[in-house]
Amino acid sequence: MVSMVHDLLIAPFADFAFMRRALIGVTALALGACPIGVFLMLRRMSLVGDAMAHAILPGAAIGFLLSGMSLFAMTAGGLVAGIVVAALAGLVARTTQLREDASLATFYLLSLALGVAIVSMKGTNIDLLHVLFGSVLALDDPTLLLIAINATVTLLVLALIYRPLVMECVDPHFVRSVSGAGAPTHLAFLALVVVNLVSGFHALGTLLAVGIMMLPAAIGRFWASDITGIVVVATVAGIVSGYAGLLLSFHAGMPSGPAVILVAGGFYILSLLFGPVGGLVRQIFPGRHLEA
Amino acid sequence: MKIPRILVIAAAATLSMLSPAAAQKAAPLPVMASFSILADFVRAVGGERVAVDMLVGPDADAHVFTPAPADARRVAAAKLIVVNGLGFEGWLDRLLKSAGSTAPVVVASAGIKARGNAGAAHDHDHDDDDHDHDHDDDHDHDDDHDHGDTDPHAWQSVANARIYVRNIRDALIAADPAGRAAYEANTRNYLRQLDALDRELRETLARIPAERRHVISTHQAFGYFTEAYGIAFKAPVGVSTEQEASARDVAQLIAQIRREKVPAVFLENISDPRLARRIADETGAKIGGTLYSDALTKADGPAPTYLDMMRHNMRTIAAALAN
Repeated sequence: MVSMVHDLLIAPFADFAFMRRALIGVTALALGACPIGVFLMLRRMSLVGDAMAHAILPGAAIGFLLSGMSLFAMTAGGLVAGIVVAALAGLVARTTQLREDASLATFYLLSLALGVAIVSMKGTNIDLLHVLFGSVLALDDPTLLLIAINATVTLLVLALIYRPLVMECVDPHFVRSVSGAGAPTHLAFLALVVVNLVSGFHALGTLLAVGIMMLPAAIGRFWASDITGIVVVATVAGIVSGYAGLLLSFHAGMPSGPAVILVAGGFYILSLLFGPVGGLVRQIFPGRHLEA
Repeated sequence: MKIPRILVIAAAATLSMLSPAAAQKAAPLPVMASFSILADFVRAVGGERVAVDMLVGPDADAHVFTPAPADARRVAAAKLIVVNGLGFEGWLDRLLKSAGSTAPVVVASAGIKARGNAGAAHDHDHDDDDHDHDHDDDHDHDDDHDHGDTDPHAWQSVANARIYVRNIRDALIAADPAGRAAYEANTRNYLRQLDALDRELRETLARIPAERRHVISTHQAFGYFTEAYGIAFKAPVGVSTEQEASARDVAQLIAQIRREKVPAVFLENISDPRLARRIADETGAKIGGTLYSDALTKADGPAPTYLDMMRHNMRTIAAALAN
């Protein structure tokens, strides 16, 4: 019995270094990306992550075309493209009557179109979309280091801007009226979104990177009612999804990136049904629990 | 870079429409090959009489090719279209339809005994003599978009390349009967070169000791090579590069490399090298170099023609597997 559990849950990681690396990769990713996802959700910007993921694609593509499968070039390209799009969108929103979501939509679509054009006109060997699929099973030392550094930076910056960020989530007008911290906080936050998406695309690919950011946040919402609680639950959910997804990929032969996100999706549905904070079961039978 | 060629072909097509009689002598027959290796065969057989263009160029991956409107225009300009078949060009039918091409399509692999698609690494076993995949060789390329049941990489055996070349010769003669003598002479000449290549491959690879005759590559492209020359290949993804590896496939491959002491892991010019590097790192197998499976290189690369490609692969494999 014990050995069966060992074979099922631990042996894959004990026997194979690539599984350990994948686990470390998704754990580091979850530590940075899940708190960011929670703030995106609370600021009603859940789809901004998706938009930004598309926005970084052309940067990564140009980086790849210029210097091949270079971690540095693709990361730098993705960061530059993402931050340019975020900054332009913020600038337009602040100086014209166009709202931020609309201006972000325009810039990310432009960026995406540019990315698709570059990808299609490429004259090189490896299919670029395939590269951007990410490969959690092929994380090498520099990539792991990059993901870990990004997670560390994310947590440090989050600690710095935590108070204004939380206040902005709750009451943006109040922050704007009492201090000038609103705009810099917002920009720093968007930069963190980009940093984590770039981390995520090395491990999971541009599209699934958003999954490890947003699904755990949505899960957290059903289990805790204060921001700290949601962040903790979301991060744990992200790490557990990564672990369970890798096991699923190992035992069932599923591609690993989608497996991680599908496991997170399973946890989300469970939370939606049985979560103590606004879960469906709790809503349908509100009295029973109070009487107990 | 592509545009001048398109313009040339478009111009040639326009010219031939304007003055059919005069142009027929001057302008070479415009032929479109689906990818670089076929283009090389067409060039070898057609010589001066044909102008070969290709849809998927050197170093590019035909498995995941997405045609652009410019490609449809180039297809429409061709008088003969040469494809591999065996489900290799899943995107082809839509392209032909949208290009409105009425040119004859020749399936170069017609008459080849197709191998079954063995899938990813875990469920097949490359015995040197496993000829038991007797799928009927009806090159059913038009309804098989995902390499469902055949392995399309038939050119990896020189014996099959001979069939390709003969099919292409017949198609060129049908399209341009005036060139029959030239095509037949070129074909005879090229078949001799193929024979020499085949002998060289067999002799060189036969020297590798039996226990070292298994290697890892990045995608399952060497099934026919295995059948012909007895070097067993395994790969983390199947015959199409479109598949994504699962942790199970990778783990099984690693376990197998450790168990059988596989000496070398090879990279390919068309697929993502990161996974193969990771596997080599973890098992201590050495990276044997880059093999060219589905695409030739540009003229300055190590494999600008089919003959160069096969020789390069042979030397790379022989060097990595020699003690």
